[in-house]
Amino acid sequence: MADPMKIRATLAGDSTEVKVLMNHEMETGQRKDAQGKTIPAWHIQTVTATYNGKTVLSAQWGPAVSKNPFLAFKFKGGAKGDKVQVTWVDNKGDKRTDEATIG
Amino acid sequence: MRAVHRRAACRAALVAALVAPGAYGQGSAVDEIAKYRAALQDGNPAELWEARGEDLWKKPRGPKNVSLETCDLGLGAGVVKGAYAQLPKYFADADRVMDLETRIVWCMVQLQGYTQADAVKNPFGGPDRKSDMEAFVAYVTAEARGVKMNVALNHPKEQEAYRLGEKMFYFRGGPHDFACMTCHGDDNKRIRLQDLPNLTKPAGAQLAYTTWPAYRVSQGELRTFQWRLNDCFRQQRFPELVFTSDASIALTMFLAHNANGAAYNAPAIKR
Repeated sequence: MADPMKIRATLAGDSTEVKVLMNHEMETGQRKDAQGKTIPAWHIQTVTATYNGKTVLSAQWGPAVSKNPFLAFKFKGGAKGDKVQVTWVDNKGDKRTDEATIG
Repeated sequence: MRAVHRRAACRAALVAALVAPGAYGQGSAVDEIAKYRAALQDGNPAELWEARGEDLWKKPRGPKNVSLETCDLGLGAGVVKGAYAQLPKYFADADRVMDLETRIVWCMVQLQGYTQADAVKNPFGGPDRKSDMEAFVAYVTAEARGVKMNVALNHPKEQEAYRLGEKMFYFRGGPHDFACMTCHGDDNKRIRLQDLPNLTKPAGAQLAYTTWPAYRVSQGELRTFQWRLNDCFRQQRFPELVFTSDASIALTMFLAHNANGAAYNAPAIKR
């Protein structure tokens, strides 16, 4: 599995705010190296967040997202002590899942 | 996402330019960059380096297969919290003044059994090679957040390092006849859109030193103070400032001591 993400989830009123910092190079596939060869694309393609088994966010990412992406989102519901899971899959098929407890 | 924030900042800057033609200059451009930076504070990728640094620090490694947890960074063996705010300092066991990176190299050699050559290998990472040193620095400096800078000049070698660093700061050389003070010796200096802190005054010196190391967005890496000085030398077209050389420690001593009194506030995030 790839390097771990940092996830923070806090309850704010009746919704949960989640902030995720992901470790990923996010190569666009359009850069060239010193020798002039194109550096192959290597970036996250799908992101899914689940809470209690239910998907609360699903995203399709492309080369426009920067290196070491930071994602922040809110969803209605959530309770202290419950877990939120975030999963990403990149174009090489590598994936990473981490979870955080809502505080 | 950062891409969204950057586009929003660009849109805001464009609106400001249309509304006040002629006033679009240092003022409004710098404000927009400040807004962009404020938006970046949340989700500083430096935290990823801090986490990796803590893991590597506590992991048994090297020929002796021990962790760095007994490393003495100046506050006693194993004390990491607040250590950065009193570095560089004189260490009796090495009989030299050392900054953080030099001290970590020392601990890697003495405690873990690495050779000096292996310990100083790969100090600055890139897309294809992570730097362990940058991770260590991120972890140790994060443990000094909020601590007041308190670099002492008690030992004669500490005083000598400060004097040497001060001499270097004002020494003009290289093909452009630059010194550090050429760019950092006056108020309100700017290169392109980068404000240059006046390091000869307490306010500038404090702001600059207490915000390194930092995640440099343009580098996509966490950069340390040794890197910052190395890059300053490159920008002046000076010969390379060797990693953990006496010269780099002396310059760090000068700048760190000048920042005394300010609360340490890094790892930060910069352009």
